[in-house]
Amino acid sequence: MSASIPVSNHLDNTTDDPTRRAPLIVGDNDFHSVTEAVCGIVEMPKTPPAWWIAFFISVSLTGVLFAMITYLITTGVGVWGLQTPVAWGWAIVNFVFWVGIGHAGTLISAILFLLRQRWRTSINRFAEGMTIFAVCCAGIFPGIHVGRVWVAYWLAPLPNQMSMWPNFRSPLLWDVFAVGTYATVSLLFWYMGMIPDLASIRDRAKSKIRWFIYGILSLGWRSSNRHWHRFEMAYLLLAALATPLVLSVHSVVSFDFAVSIIPGWHTTIFPPYFVAGAIFSGFAMVVTLVIPTRKFFHLEEIITLRHLESMSKIMLATGMMVGLAYSTEFFIAWYSGNAYESFAFLNRAFGPYAWAYWIMVSCNVLVPQIFWVKKFRTNLVVLWVASILINVGMWFERFVIVVSSLSRDFLPSSWGYYTPSIVDVMTFVGSFGLFMTLFLLFVRFLPIVGMAEVKGVMPQAHLKDVAALGHGDYHGDILTEKGEV
Amino acid sequence: MTADTTSRTNPNDGAELFGLVASFDKIDEFLEAVTKVRDAGFSKWDTHTPFVVHGLDAAMGIKPTKLPFLVFGAGLTGCTAGIALQWFTNAVDYPFLISGKPIFSLPANIPVAFEMTILFAAISALVGMLAFNGLPQLSHPLHSSRLMKRATDDKFLISIEAADPKFELVKTHELLESLGPLAVEVVEV
Repeated sequence: MSASIPVSNHLDNTTDDPTRRAPLIVGDNDFHSVTEAVCGIVEMPKTPPAWWIAFFISVSLTGVLFAMITYLITTGVGVWGLQTPVAWGWAIVNFVFWVGIGHAGTLISAILFLLRQRWRTSINRFAEGMTIFAVCCAGIFPGIHVGRVWVAYWLAPLPNQMSMWPNFRSPLLWDVFAVGTYATVSLLFWYMGMIPDLASIRDRAKSKIRWFIYGILSLGWRSSNRHWHRFEMAYLLLAALATPLVLSVHSVVSFDFAVSIIPGWHTTIFPPYFVAGAIFSGFAMVVTLVIPTRKFFHLEEIITLRHLESMSKIMLATGMMVGLAYSTEFFIAWYSGNAYESFAFLNRAFGPYAWAYWIMVSCNVLVPQIFWVKKFRTNLVVLWVASILINVGMWFERFVIVVSSLSRDFLPSSWGYYTPSIVDVMTFVGSFGLFMTLFLLFVRFLPIVGMAEVKGVMPQAHLKDVAALGHGDYHGDILTEKGEV
Repeated sequence: MTADTTSRTNPNDGAELFGLVASFDKIDEFLEAVTKVRDAGFSKWDTHTPFVVHGLDAAMGIKPTKLPFLVFGAGLTGCTAGIALQWFTNAVDYPFLISGKPIFSLPANIPVAFEMTILFAAISALVGMLAFNGLPQLSHPLHSSRLMKRATDDKFLISIEAADPKFELVKTHELLESLGPLAVEVVEV
């Protein structure tokens, strides 16, 4: 198999030779060259024009987002396409879409850490950053969806003049806690992992102002092993905490639907189905962002082809899980014998929103099937286009779930067809502007690769003399003269 | 302020001296040097590495951190706080019936209790780690060391403080030199 794929250059580390472990970092890199490659992006004396162009577009779109929000708040939710029976429209679709995207970051940083998938080190910082920015975008939508935005603080259990408390039996309130905790923990995890790398930038600073800013951000980190020792424990604990958290967040998001009695929403499959979909869309977004970034900033030796290939395998796996969930829903709709449930699913596939349903199925189930073929997994153009199609499909998944179920529920006399208004569309487009603005600032001013972690998985970081211990992947404990650890 | 590495001049003033720093290039040599410094019986010393070096804790003889206990305690606190919050707000201070469901029932209150557990534990993991490490500490003599600049890049350092009872400038300097470092630097306060 591998013989048919010629190894054209040193950047290709995707061959699966069972006799040796594929390198996680390719090229002739040592610790210093990794520092140079990553810090070099932050230290560029002149910001590249392409960055400015992208930034200008993103900031303009962010402006559109805030203009739309202002219009919404000053005029009222009537500016959206919401109309009975569809009272949850694009805002909720977008919320679920953005929260889902965030999940890949936590998966890469926490779950792959616990599973000792060391290839995560090259992309985890990047993916964690993406998580934070996606959650920022996600948080906006339910906030502006409440109608009277100025009393959005009623969501929080704050003592108020009405002596009322929120209803803790409502999944909508669980959502406030889940997403709030998720945003906080993701931020902590991201920042903590960045402290040693911020210190690297500080120590290389040529200008006083850079030294000062990164000095404060790195909290006076001195790479002390007595500190590393606790740092590593804290990192492990955060990973162990973030793992059930990330699974809980999208489960709770799915409860928003599953706990209701609307046909098509009221199903027990939702939590795992939503989590798999979230990871699926999140990996697609990481791929969408990482392919141009690694090319532009010449990080091909650190974020290697094998990383992208691994991500496409995860997309293939999660895409099939999502496909399984789609078919299970149909099976249960038939097997339950519930007329409303059966109708809801037939209506999805063949009703007025059939176009959305089939976009969803094609993008989420059919497109990832190309990843069975190695040629497509390692072809960056194919991979990039597929990742975008997957995110289109995942957006439509949420659209189908939210809108098709609401538009035709129990009573045919109250059926309706939902169409978004231009404000809906521009708000969503604007949220991409916010996401990209934050992302561009991140790649320019912060270390986008976890240098300290990447260095730790490089061959130079391992003892040469551990053959006696018999573990190929052993990091090596230093032996005392008596031979004990 | 750093002294030149080649200069062995003793500042003579103990208060002025922070200690000695030696830098190494290769992990193997570094870990060997670390065990030797440990076996020499120093207590106020440290190592500085660009990443977590496995086996270094054992080589230095560092005891396991108590951080997990703090995080566990914080998690329990969060869980209790989450349940107490829901019980007080929905069952005591403002009880209201929703579709005949119990005023207070654990299953409905698990998600928020869980999220609060994670939230408290995660914050305590970061804050506890920083607090145990004495960070943020923006001003430290080692920050003015020239060799330390590479500890966040590609070099492995050993620092021995002058405050250590076993520290003697000349002898300790000789010890570090004997370990085959790239350079040894005298760091002043």
